[in-house]
Amino acid sequence: MKNLPLLALVLREPKTVLNYTLSDWDLLIRQARRAGLLARLGFLFKRNSVEGIPSCALKHIESSMICAENMRTSLNWEIKCIKKALCRLDLPLIFLKGTAYIVGDNDAALGRFFSDVDILVPEEKLLDVERALIYAGWKFDDIDAYDQRYYRKWMHEIPPMRHVQRQTSIDVHHNILPKTCFFCPDVKKLLECAIKIPEQGSWILATEDRVIHSASHLFHEGELEHGFRDLSDLDLLIKEFSIKENFWDNLLFRAVELNQQIPLYYALRYTSIILKTPIPKHVLDRSVQWRPNGLRQKIMDFLFLHALMPDHPSCSDRWTGLARWLLYIRSHWLRMPVHLLIPHLLRKSWMRLTGKDNH
Amino acid sequence: MLSSRVKSEAILLEIKPFKVCIETSLPAVIDTIKALYSDYNYFIYDDSVFVDFYIKIEKGGFFRGYSQAQCYIDGKTPFKPLPLSQAYPFFEWGLNWIVASHIHYYLLLHAAVVEKNGHALILCGKPGAGKSTLCAAMVGNGWRLFSDEMAIIDLKTNELVPFVRPVSLKNRSIDLIQEFVPEAVFGPCFHDTAKGIIAHMKPNSASVFLANKKAFSKWIVFPQYQEHSQTLLQSFPKGKTVLELIKNSFNYNMLGGYGFSNLCQLVDRSDCYNFIYSNLDEAVVLFDQLLE
Repeated sequence: MKNLPLLALVLREPKTVLNYTLSDWDLLIRQARRAGLLARLGFLFKRNSVEGIPSCALKHIESSMICAENMRTSLNWEIKCIKKALCRLDLPLIFLKGTAYIVGDNDAALGRFFSDVDILVPEEKLLDVERALIYAGWKFDDIDAYDQRYYRKWMHEIPPMRHVQRQTSIDVHHNILPKTCFFCPDVKKLLECAIKIPEQGSWILATEDRVIHSASHLFHEGELEHGFRDLSDLDLLIKEFSIKENFWDNLLFRAVELNQQIPLYYALRYTSIILKTPIPKHVLDRSVQWRPNGLRQKIMDFLFLHALMPDHPSCSDRWTGLARWLLYIRSHWLRMPVHLLIPHLLRKSWMRLTGKDNH
Repeated sequence: MLSSRVKSEAILLEIKPFKVCIETSLPAVIDTIKALYSDYNYFIYDDSVFVDFYIKIEKGGFFRGYSQAQCYIDGKTPFKPLPLSQAYPFFEWGLNWIVASHIHYYLLLHAAVVEKNGHALILCGKPGAGKSTLCAAMVGNGWRLFSDEMAIIDLKTNELVPFVRPVSLKNRSIDLIQEFVPEAVFGPCFHDTAKGIIAHMKPNSASVFLANKKAFSKWIVFPQYQEHSQTLLQSFPKGKTVLELIKNSFNYNMLGGYGFSNLCQLVDRSDCYNFIYSNLDEAVVLFDQLLE
């Protein structure tokens, strides 16, 4: 790929920065800040013993690392509060996404920012969980009856809840994709393999499932402004787990079992293209069977290679906006069948145009 | 690549301790910046320059209406647009916002700071308490301006770092200071802003030239302007001072232990006062007496 952002080159090989000019640093810091990866950059420099970072750039990196550390402390506290609120329910409380990386102490937690906590609970326990959370001080954000119904009927999560004092947000899931989605996995298979982190009493998805969920989230997701950050998460997860025995075989096997072949194919393809994630050739070759046919593959490449870039003017061209918009439409397309989708999108656009929607 | 980073109308300005790139095509903004920041260092963009912040002020687009100004922080718009007449203050507020939200290698307090004979005085208080007015009056009487909007504290040394910018005065204090400091240069008046009428007093050249020179805090004062009141300086307990400063900090929560220990050190080395005033002459004389 030509014209990769500096940030991608530095994530591939942090030592690239050693011959950077100050104006290169300037651009790198801006791209990393916008991608939400400024703090992660700092941790990667530390880990790779990159020295000689000019002080003007280092100050911004350190600021962001302080922020990330602070966020991590608050998140750990939040996890404690959630566990306490749900301790009587006798359920495996499974943390997802960013929170799971913290709980599992994965590299993908390095310098990561969070906007909310995501948990996965069995669907039959949903009402109990909701009640317990309300009892402990969470409440639903103000959303109208349509959205409430939309979430409850079609989605894989209930509407987001916010704690009245801490103002922290929690998403309670009962699956990782909407029920209406053609690729929706059998959630039982996810729950069965979840693992308990003994010292914390928290649960997270199995190793391979964490990669698959990250892939499935990113490649079903419609808002790709954080796409690059998520791609870097995948890169770190894969690098960390790939030294485990049978990781690659298990990963491919689980993708089939959970009906997530296509997102995993994309994840392997774009992490290896953009971030040069070391993925064995035989794994890439095996995943190729899941790729879309010729023209579609070309279109998807065009869209993702634009939309996954950091959300910064220096990483965009005239097609980036269009690519993100088309992928937004695609995400809805994947989420539900047409007869549900069209009325939903019409309503959403109307709300947006009339300024009643600020999501 | 260079051309995509900086357009021709970009003003590159060193507002110590930061380097700022201001992009605008609005003559009102350019003229005001040139007038109020005339003593500052303008630099040229090349490979050896690191810019801390990119701010762009332009007219709102087709949908937002051309009579509005929008502030872009490195291409993004975190704020709602403002009337076009407030384009210049929008730049000042944008710069405040970006420092307060991105910079955590300093402890940042919402306070004005002035210095004399190497000793810094922190004026901290709620908006409208009269800290900018007092700050402007003191600067007009031989004190060096550190900053009007935020006190920047170096976490490693506990020193105050100058962040010299135009002093933003509101409503009646504009006339008051124009009268009290006749030689002061003012930018245009902006009417009907969220804070009422505001005008900016240009920082004097001496303060701008010394913007590298840090100082330790010696006094922390909570001023309160009260009409017809006597000038009254009362000592204020140190513990309460710490709590008040926490309330007025932009990033104390972010800094954890560093924030706490720096704040304690700062208060420990300072005399702390509550200050009620209505007469600027008396106020200025009183603070000069503190020096002795």
